[in-house]
Amino acid sequence: MTTTHHEPAAEARTAGPRLVDKAQYGLAAFLVVVGAYVLVDAVGLEDGFADQPVQPYAFPYVVGAVLVLLGVLLAVATARGDRPEAEEGEDVDLSGGSDWRTVAMLAGVFLLNVLLIDLLGWAITGALLFAGAAYVLGSRTPVRDLAIGAALSVGTWYGFYVGLGIPIPAGILDGVL
Amino acid sequence: MDLLLDGLANAATPTNLFFAALGVLLGTAVGVLPGIGPAMSIALLLPITYSVGPDSAIIMFAGIYYGGMYGGSTTSILLNTPGESSSVVTAIEGNKMAKAGRAAQALATAAIGSFVAGTIGTVLLVLLAPTVADVVVKLGAPSYFAIMVLALLAVTTVLGSSKLRGFIALFLGLTIGLVGTTTGQARLTGGQPLLADGIDIVVVAVAIFAIGEALWVAAHLRRKPLEIIPVGQPWMSRADWKRSWAPWLRGTAFGFPFGALPAGGAEVPTFLSYITERKLSKHPEEFGKGAIEGVAGPEAANNASAAGTLVPLLAIGLPTTATAAIILVAFQSYGIQPGPQLFENSGPLVWTLLASLFIANTLLLVLNLPMAPLWAKLLQIPRPYLYAGILFFASLGAYSVNFQAFDLGLLLVFGLLGLAMRRFGIPVLPLIVGVILGPRLEEQLTTALDISGGDVSTLWGEPVAIVVYVVIALILGAVVLGALRKDPETPSVDDRPMARTGAGTSDRGE
Repeated sequence: MTTTHHEPAAEARTAGPRLVDKAQYGLAAFLVVVGAYVLVDAVGLEDGFADQPVQPYAFPYVVGAVLVLLGVLLAVATARGDRPEAEEGEDVDLSGGSDWRTVAMLAGVFLLNVLLIDLLGWAITGALLFAGAAYVLGSRTPVRDLAIGAALSVGTWYGFYVGLGIPIPAGILDGVL
Repeated sequence: MDLLLDGLANAATPTNLFFAALGVLLGTAVGVLPGIGPAMSIALLLPITYSVGPDSAIIMFAGIYYGGMYGGSTTSILLNTPGESSSVVTAIEGNKMAKAGRAAQALATAAIGSFVAGTIGTVLLVLLAPTVADVVVKLGAPSYFAIMVLALLAVTTVLGSSKLRGFIALFLGLTIGLVGTTTGQARLTGGQPLLADGIDIVVVAVAIFAIGEALWVAAHLRRKPLEIIPVGQPWMSRADWKRSWAPWLRGTAFGFPFGALPAGGAEVPTFLSYITERKLSKHPEEFGKGAIEGVAGPEAANNASAAGTLVPLLAIGLPTTATAAIILVAFQSYGIQPGPQLFENSGPLVWTLLASLFIANTLLLVLNLPMAPLWAKLLQIPRPYLYAGILFFASLGAYSVNFQAFDLGLLLVFGLLGLAMRRFGIPVLPLIVGVILGPRLEEQLTTALDISGGDVSTLWGEPVAIVVYVVIALILGAVVLGALRKDPETPSVDDRPMARTGAGTSDRGE
């Protein structure tokens, strides 16, 4: 595991600044944009009360300015060949490339849950979330996954409702559950 | 002592013992699962404790805390890929022992060592925390402000390989902490009324830990399954005991003080414990092939440092590890405000908590040793189900707080941020601590300047504040010097001692 993540480091040392992690410019740009937004938002704030020693815009000015600075520094470091040390984990295999398609599909399944939960209720969207995520991650038994998901979502709904006294909205199943 | 006995009486009712056992089992079950560390276990299980009374919630929480920690060590011994940095050292010898057919002994020395270290650590905590609180309670807002700045700086610069990335994480966290209307005007809410109360730290933590991890794993899912070593009932021979007890005590001695420092964390003490045991061992030839001392010492150091982090957390209100940050959130939700006034304001609850830590630690040993083979089976859970389950329970936890689809949207947004942070090697801890301490930093500054009537010199008007600023200056000086000393053509990609040892041993092993 660790050997594979040390290779890019070695490359960066030998090949020098030519090997650049271009995606990191994206992160640098993100930091500048967030910092700029914080600054713009702070400009819109009005003076607080006369006896308020720290104005509401004081902290945002500092935080926004530093974020912009960090973004610039990161861009400079990136251009000089600085490379990130991606995080490892039990189920993480960094030796292969990154599978961003799976990530996008997983995020899509999650987004569906966000959009539908008010309408359909947790008992349904929870089951869809579980089955959908399992499918995206490589499970090929959709019927079983859906059954497990439904058991989990209905089970947690009743568990929270009866066991913990937390009434999760039932959505479309109101009256059925 | 009487106070502790009162706490024990509160905690040891049959109902509460049931909750403690439930907490230990849930915490271990979740903590054993690959990809879930102690901080994530607690964040995921937190909503369950909200609905029971404060006493029961606290004792259940103590169980979850110790269970989650123990679960992590099981994972690193049976799978040679530690999930969190504090288990890296345990995995070095632990996994070698397991491969040599001594998994049972490795698990036993880890569990009993954790128990010994946890018990001693909790005793030290009981002795120290009230004393520290007594000292800290006399400090004014300027000193608090200085100490918080120091804590933020310490978690950002002391750990982790890239200081730049540490500061990026910190200021992203401070930005998230700005959201809301605490100053009387809406900041960074974008006109969204649901953001008026700020962003719930539980949502941020669950998103960064759980959703971010699930998405990151999705990008790099290991296609060939990991080798899992079967394990029977943990036990130790007389010789194992003889080789384990001294490392347990030495590990505890390393772990507790490091945990109690503002830049706490288990990385340094577990590593120091490992080198010490290798030097002192009568069987140095076994190191690298599965020496029991190399599991006993670091595991004890790990647990003792976890107890140590509770000293600044309870007495000053400063979280210094990701787990401690989540614990702080948990306490606040139980109506406990950690800090110097804690022992006066919510005395009974705190003593119940401290007593609960003892009970949970004992239950852990009693329940988990016999159940180890069962926990090992959890490692075989199919990965699609594991990560689908993490997404499922993370959503449930975030949704059950306010029943707002908006919170789930936030969960996704911060989950994507968590993914990006893993991709770009940005540490999580400074962000979480920044979210928590940012608003309090502003509050202390306001209080300090309020009292002085706007006179800024009050900030260095207290001796403690001056000392802390000197320490801050030293740290900043070291960071700047370190940056200057580096050859600009070869920016540091890796100057962590931990990563080097990890790499070194795995190179030797394979």
